[in-house]
Amino acid sequence: MAGRVEGKIAFVTGGGSGMGREHALLLAEHGATLIVSDVNEAGGRETVSMINGKGGQGLFIKFDVAKEAEWKGAVDQAMASFGRVDILVNNAGILIMKTTQNTSSEELDRMLDINVKGVFYGCKHILPAMQKAGGGSIVNISSIAGIIGMAGAAAYQAAKGAVRILTKSVAVEYAPFNIRANSIHPGIIRTPMTQDFLVNEKTEKAFLGTTILRRPAEPREVSYPVLFLASGESSYITGAEIVVDGGYTTM
Amino acid sequence: MAGRVEGKIAFVTGGGSGMGREHALLMAEEGASIIVSDVNEAGGRETVSMINSKGGQGLFIDFDVASEAAWQSAVNQAVSTFGRVDILVNNAGIFMMKMMADTTEAELDRMLNINVKGVFYGCKHILPAMQKAGGGSIINISSIYGVIGAPAASAYQASKGAVRILTKSVAVEYAPYNIRANSIHPGVIRTPMTRDLMATPDSEKAILASTILRRAAEPREVAYPVLFLASSESSYITGAEIMVDGGYTTV
Repeated sequence: MAGRVEGKIAFVTGGGSGMGREHALLLAEHGATLIVSDVNEAGGRETVSMINGKGGQGLFIKFDVAKEAEWKGAVDQAMASFGRVDILVNNAGILIMKTTQNTSSEELDRMLDINVKGVFYGCKHILPAMQKAGGGSIVNISSIAGIIGMAGAAAYQAAKGAVRILTKSVAVEYAPFNIRANSIHPGIIRTPMTQDFLVNEKTEKAFLGTTILRRPAEPREVSYPVLFLASGESSYITGAEIVVDGGYTTM
Repeated sequence: MAGRVEGKIAFVTGGGSGMGREHALLMAEEGASIIVSDVNEAGGRETVSMINSKGGQGLFIDFDVASEAAWQSAVNQAVSTFGRVDILVNNAGIFMMKMMADTTEAELDRMLNINVKGVFYGCKHILPAMQKAGGGSIINISSIYGVIGAPAASAYQASKGAVRILTKSVAVEYAPYNIRANSIHPGVIRTPMTRDLMATPDSEKAILASTILRRAAEPREVAYPVLFLASSESSYITGAEIMVDGGYTTV
């Protein structure tokens, strides 16, 4: 039985670990061929091994999303291998937990480079590859931190707020090309990025804040919404925000 | 292969036509038994026929969602037939285009009775049926008109704004019962309810002016997001709003 993204070419950044890996694996399970990128080469190659091991097809490209020239080279490589791209998941990102006062200019630059420019350049340079496909779906991973305020993550919030609205701009500009663009806003997810904050029950409870489901998510609980946005089942959804946060932003 | 809501018991109000019928049909295709309600008996029975003829199982209950007593007995009937309810789609609703100055008290009452109380009583009285299921998913159909402002629909807007936020209240209260609640916000959908609005090419173009996909949706394009929220693939999504509007609220 055909998978929900059968025969599609999907590009997932930051696919070497955490949520990115899970997005890549689930899309592959549903029939997509995967381009996995990461600066973490061992992790990225392992994700591709896992995909190939289950009978899927994957390609690893090591590059830094913050570099426009590297984005262009990566898309060229994807085109040379597969002829087009149907799905782009801008998942690569970093977290820095620091207050406004304690954030250095270097930290701010790093945050904006990876989390904002990385997504911007991805959306910008994927266009010709999606035009070759006759359309496509761009899924940008923002955060609840791109919606509500919290203490101690100011640079991260600026970056994720930027991704939230940048996505709508892309949705408007790319609609004539039959390309949809939406943002996903994960809450507290159990990944390497959050493992220090979920170290014991006490820190977990504090970190969960107003999560009404009272638990962190497993990465796959974000991957299914990514699959939904990547597939034709969300054909009338563009410029939207899918909040996957166990109700955190509801209260 | 198991459907995505295989073995679930789903209750869809206003299932006799338009989007409600499509929600019922799609969930039946994916393995759910469907309780279809409507004040339109012919339409409701026809939806159940369509479900039964494709090998599914449906039950029609004729009742007015604006009546609390009718809701209570409809849920009793559902529980005595199926033992529990897993999914509730509060879809029944009316639409009215009138300037605020021309809206009578009777018209406002009718709108609030069906569109707000109908959803409220549904959420209230489904609880014991979902507790029997050990959990569940409530999907309330709001509208883009519950998000942004528009002319000549103030009573409708009031009602859909109420549904949007009432849903979050239900999400908070019902989380301890393993019940999620989310709202869907359709844009311009091709159904009997909008037929008059899109009667001519000019009027269709006018109503789609802010829809960046430049077309109305087919009802199935809303039914798939309903299925997504009904299924466990959205297990970490509660208290959220899914815009299914072709980008209308994006600009």
